[in-house]
Amino acid sequence: MKYLDEFSDPVLAKRLFDDIRAVTTRPWSLMEVCGGQTHSIIRHGIDQLLPEEIQLIHGPGCPVCVTPLEIIDKALEIASRPDVIFCSFGDMLRVPGSGRDLFKVKSEGADVRVVYSPLDALKIAQENPDRQVVFFGIGFETTAPPNAMTVYQAKKLGIPNFSLLVSHVRVPPAIDAIMNSPDCRVQAFLAAGHVCTVMGTTEYPELAERHRVPIIVTGFEPLDILEGIRRAVIQLEAGEHTVENAYPRAVQPEGSPAARAMLSDVFEVTDRAWRGIGMIPVSGWRLSPKYREFDAEHRFSVTGIETEESTVCRSGEVLQGLIKPHECAAFGKECTPRNPLGATMVSSEGACAAYYLYRRLETPDKEASSVG
Amino acid sequence: MADSAYAPADFSSWTCPAPLRDHDRIVMGHGGGGTLSAELVEHLFAPAFGNKVLAELGDSAHLLMGGARLAFSTDSFVVRPLFFPGGSIGDLAVNGTVNDLAMAGAVPAYLSCAFILEEGVELSVVGRVAEAMGEAARTAGVLVATGDTKVVDAGHGDGVFINTAGIGLIPDGVDIRPQRAAPGDVVLVSGPIGVHGVAIMSVREGLEFGVEIQSDTASLAGLVADMLAVCPDIHVLRDPTRGGLATSLNEIAAAARVGVRLDERSLPVPETVANACAFLGLDPLYVANEGKLVAFVAAEHADAVLAAMRAHPLGKESVAIGQCVPDHPGMVVAATGLGGTRVVDMPLGEQLPRIC
Repeated sequence: MKYLDEFSDPVLAKRLFDDIRAVTTRPWSLMEVCGGQTHSIIRHGIDQLLPEEIQLIHGPGCPVCVTPLEIIDKALEIASRPDVIFCSFGDMLRVPGSGRDLFKVKSEGADVRVVYSPLDALKIAQENPDRQVVFFGIGFETTAPPNAMTVYQAKKLGIPNFSLLVSHVRVPPAIDAIMNSPDCRVQAFLAAGHVCTVMGTTEYPELAERHRVPIIVTGFEPLDILEGIRRAVIQLEAGEHTVENAYPRAVQPEGSPAARAMLSDVFEVTDRAWRGIGMIPVSGWRLSPKYREFDAEHRFSVTGIETEESTVCRSGEVLQGLIKPHECAAFGKECTPRNPLGATMVSSEGACAAYYLYRRLETPDKEASSVG
Repeated sequence: MADSAYAPADFSSWTCPAPLRDHDRIVMGHGGGGTLSAELVEHLFAPAFGNKVLAELGDSAHLLMGGARLAFSTDSFVVRPLFFPGGSIGDLAVNGTVNDLAMAGAVPAYLSCAFILEEGVELSVVGRVAEAMGEAARTAGVLVATGDTKVVDAGHGDGVFINTAGIGLIPDGVDIRPQRAAPGDVVLVSGPIGVHGVAIMSVREGLEFGVEIQSDTASLAGLVADMLAVCPDIHVLRDPTRGGLATSLNEIAAAARVGVRLDERSLPVPETVANACAFLGLDPLYVANEGKLVAFVAAEHADAVLAAMRAHPLGKESVAIGQCVPDHPGMVVAATGLGGTRVVDMPLGEQLPRIC
């Protein structure tokens, strides 16, 4: 854990800022895919210290933000049932569904519990055999393996009262969708290091080649992010578009074979709706037929959710990197973490929440510039 | 990956939820010490009780009775587990109220103690809590002078709930209020932050961070007395409990309509706390403390006060972490270690662990 200090070293950071400045000759737009990276960038003021020419666009890499409203409404309906103990990671509790969130459902008497691991939910199921225990399985390739392992364990141990409400998503199809958008301004990607820790890097060369974009596998500490930016700019300036691993201390090309095997066994790839983006083919996971009995959606027959939309929230465009959070007219006015219009304002990883919490005192002019 | 594996997304179908209305029920966030808590007090309780003393909304009320200046405070304690590394709910129940009084510059004198006990809790547990309270009171130099006991049905409590109230005398010449923060003041903190919150999380959630983290619960009355001995004109004192240092600083900035500028590199965050917070996606600035104070002192007195703090056992690691500024009134801004800035905002409710 001493990495926390070593990878935040201001002297080394200054050197990297200088290096980036030295290699930058023209404007470039880079997208950091992961919400954790967005938070690190804003919290450390990295974007204020980059050359004017470098614009960071915040990607759709917050699992809380992209969880579809329909799934959240299903979660609220399931959690409201008296025979259910509903377990979730903490930051999902404030995500608004259609007029309610899990905190509100909890205040109405629902048994909603924050857990730190899906295995905690499995333990709760073992301790409460007369209750149905549901875990809200959201997230990218990072959280999917432990959730898969939990379902595997539930089947192996014969724990019939456990189920998973699944809303897992995959990063490469989202990158592809962003690049296929006619409005796309992204010229290079900082890929999410922890996703690659699990999945490796084999899915990315084809994307980099087909869209002619550099993809730099990047970590989360300030120096990791700066190194990712430095490598991306070097490639852009040279007209190259390859996949580089700037996070070798955590990422191997093959990823984690054990985790990937677990994913292949328990989940199958499916089309998945992303909040703010819509349906992206093959961008998600659902439980495979072998484990379908543990699918909370089937077990609780939650269907027919209708959604009332906000007409002013532009979280969709924020998620696609088309606008910055503060470019939305509702940002900081009608839309705050206390009264979020969109998921990007709810999660601590969401781009809007990051801007609101760590907002800079003045908005640099460079952020208003458009790089097409 | 197959060629053209993914079709273009339908960008016209993005969804966004309708805005949440203000809560029509109490949610956990109302007890988190952040914006929701403040609004509950401001919009529900204060209008109902409507008086000038309460309107100050300090941690202690400042009273004038028979020529004496009194500080009067109350606090309730609902911590789980009841016993944790470095202390217990009994320690908190005494030290929490004693510290609220001390933050007014008062010399704490008497406490009340009300127990709400759950049917079925073992007497030995209640006894251990009471013993801890007695020991903490003796250490703090206060008397538990009155009390009450109620029992609720099994399942309607959490073993032991405690409320304490306290009174203390404010010495002549002492006027410590958040409204007195002034541009130029130096901001001091009495030692490592976030320790209590991480200690509680480690036992409550069964999380291990390599080494046992002990709560910092302690009575700060002696430390405050030593500070006042060298500088009676301390402007502001706060013990940053729920919501952490960030919440206290925001409350002070708002009350005095001043800005606060922090130097992140000066913040005393122990490695264990930093690691635990990194692991959980939390910010140490928002994590609770139970034995720390933050002080706003005029620049010309800052060195003397800091020296007095460092000479006290509970202030050995005191440091200056920033200053009060005329810019950005009501806002706390931190200079980051890399040279940028970030706003340290008031939290909404409790911090939530992040998913990844």
